[in-house]
Amino acid sequence: MTNHQRPIRLPRNQGDVLFRGWVWLMAATILALIALLVYELYAGSRLGQARYGLRFLLDQTWDPVFEEFGALPAIYGTVISSLLALAVAGPLGLLSAIFLAELAPRWLEAPLSFLIELLASIPSVVYGLWGLFVLAPILRQPVGSSLRNILGFLSPFSCTPLGIGMLAAVIILAIMILPYITAIARDVLRAVPHDQREAMLALGATRWETIWRVVVPYARSGIIGGLMLGLGRAVGETMAVTMVIGNRPEISACLFNPAYTLASLIANEFTEATYDLYVSVLIELGLVLFGVTLLLNALARLLVSRVGSGLKGRQA
Amino acid sequence: MRHFLFGLVLAALLLAACAGPAQPAAQPTQPPAAAPTEPQQAPTAAPGSIQLTGAGATFPFPLYSRWFYEYAFVDSSVRFNYQSIGSGGGIRQITAKTVDFGASDAILNEEQRAAAPGLQMFPTVAGAVVIAYNVNDADGNPIPSGLKLTPDVIADIFLGKITKWNDPRLMELNPDVKLPEQETVVAHRSDGSGTTFLFTSYLSQVDQEWKTNVGAGTSVEWPVGLGGKGNEGVAGVVRQQPGGLGYIELAYAVQNNIPYAFVQNRVGKFIEPGLESTTAASNAFGAEMPEDMGQLLVNAPGDDSYPIAGYTFLLIYQDMPDCTKARKLAEFVRWALTEGDKYATELLYAPLGVSVEHKVIERLHGLTCEGGKAVLGQ
Repeated sequence: MTNHQRPIRLPRNQGDVLFRGWVWLMAATILALIALLVYELYAGSRLGQARYGLRFLLDQTWDPVFEEFGALPAIYGTVISSLLALAVAGPLGLLSAIFLAELAPRWLEAPLSFLIELLASIPSVVYGLWGLFVLAPILRQPVGSSLRNILGFLSPFSCTPLGIGMLAAVIILAIMILPYITAIARDVLRAVPHDQREAMLALGATRWETIWRVVVPYARSGIIGGLMLGLGRAVGETMAVTMVIGNRPEISACLFNPAYTLASLIANEFTEATYDLYVSVLIELGLVLFGVTLLLNALARLLVSRVGSGLKGRQA
Repeated sequence: MRHFLFGLVLAALLLAACAGPAQPAAQPTQPPAAAPTEPQQAPTAAPGSIQLTGAGATFPFPLYSRWFYEYAFVDSSVRFNYQSIGSGGGIRQITAKTVDFGASDAILNEEQRAAAPGLQMFPTVAGAVVIAYNVNDADGNPIPSGLKLTPDVIADIFLGKITKWNDPRLMELNPDVKLPEQETVVAHRSDGSGTTFLFTSYLSQVDQEWKTNVGAGTSVEWPVGLGGKGNEGVAGVVRQQPGGLGYIELAYAVQNNIPYAFVQNRVGKFIEPGLESTTAASNAFGAEMPEDMGQLLVNAPGDDSYPIAGYTFLLIYQDMPDCTKARKLAEFVRWALTEGDKYATELLYAPLGVSVEHKVIERLHGLTCEGGKAVLGQ
């Protein structure tokens, strides 16, 4: 017998209440940790902020002896190395994922997936050593000098290849973020429902058209998620980068020149920062790195949603 | 059955771990020192009952580790725990008094001295910085150790004013070496370090342009060059780049067979970097040791002194709060300076010159604890 004067309320289960409270607490803890992190970065860098203000982000000198600190070369290095690494690893990862999800025979797909995921478990120091002893000599002699000879008229290739430098860092980073992009994209592509593919085939589409027009767009948000994860890893990578990037706080268009990243700069100089302003400036670099990560993520999402809405419009 | 075995293995591992920090007497291969410096009135404390913590420079870390190990045979009642977090970290920790002693390659500056009143610098050993290189002569043969360099040439290479190996000034200094037409690739430390402090202090003293434009510090703004992390990073860059040239610690260059240069000292002689020439520098500068013993050893006078040398310091407070710990620490330092020399040379650190050693030990005797009691008896 229903009573129409009162809405029906389900009895509240105590277990559910507890569970809900617990989950809320966990989520709140994570948010609180992030807030605490940002607060500590902000508080620790107050000395530097007071001394340099916004000039810190635009100055190009990094001189601990005369106390002139500018973060621009490090910001440039971080942004360029990460974006270029993403530009290399993104298409490579996506195409590998398409191959693994759609085209590879079963006997090939499993071991290949495993090997790609293995790349993610290699410690970054090992990548750095490999970069220093294997990649750098290759980039100096056969690859670097040929690039210089062929493409020397373009400014990114117009200086002497030393082996270590921005290009080496970009390649190492690309290899490091490849497994994240590939693994996530592959899983997301696999999760596309079969009826989408069947529908395309029923319309007479080729394999290629099916993949590019339906499967990949359907999985777009997951793929973007994978790319964002890769970008985040590239921005924060310290050890491997500092071993191959040449550690020179200088902005240069040429990819063969040495460069510096925010993470490398902090890691290199923190232990020997002998005075308070120095420590504060390094913490400020951490805050800047945090900001750069947020900014890159936001920009990327914006770009994607623009492209996405364009696509959606056409499909509708 | 499997669970039982697993539990047994776990228990065995735990027992081994507990018994781990082995009683030194149980090691047959290590003859314990005859312990002549053991103070007669030392109470027989339980092994490892006194813990001394220290933090600081990475340069002397291998030597300090060896000293702590060997000292355990001399006096088993004290245990040392040293964290090589860098000179800057060491100075910060001892200023905050979170450790019993600090260690630094760099001399305390005004700001640091003001922040830690009463902190004393005790030189323990000296190290040398060598100019290592990797270049083939005009015939293609690698140039071995022995290339002669003068201070102004070194400064100009690191300033970027000399860019080729066959620069006239280099050829003039080394007439019997066929220097190649090759660009110099300069390598320096990317991380802050006492080695950099030493090298840049030297360059600041011998070259006015370096002093005004770059200066000295654990981290500087290098005019040219690639940055490598740690001695191994710089050595790596030097070895990988044809024409590479960089500054690394003597021990590192010797152990890795990297050719290094002979540098002209203040007197005008070209000195081979080594333990003897470093100790000679310490001896030569011994008379000019300042009151607080914070002495820059670079560009030392004397015929046989190697010019790019420097002390590494232990940072100990003049008056320490705990007398037992203070005495143990002072006794250790005294042992290290007298008996520990042989380990130092084994590990390629240069012992202090004799006069300096006496001064340091004298200062040790001047330490006080708990507001004025003398730390060392006699």
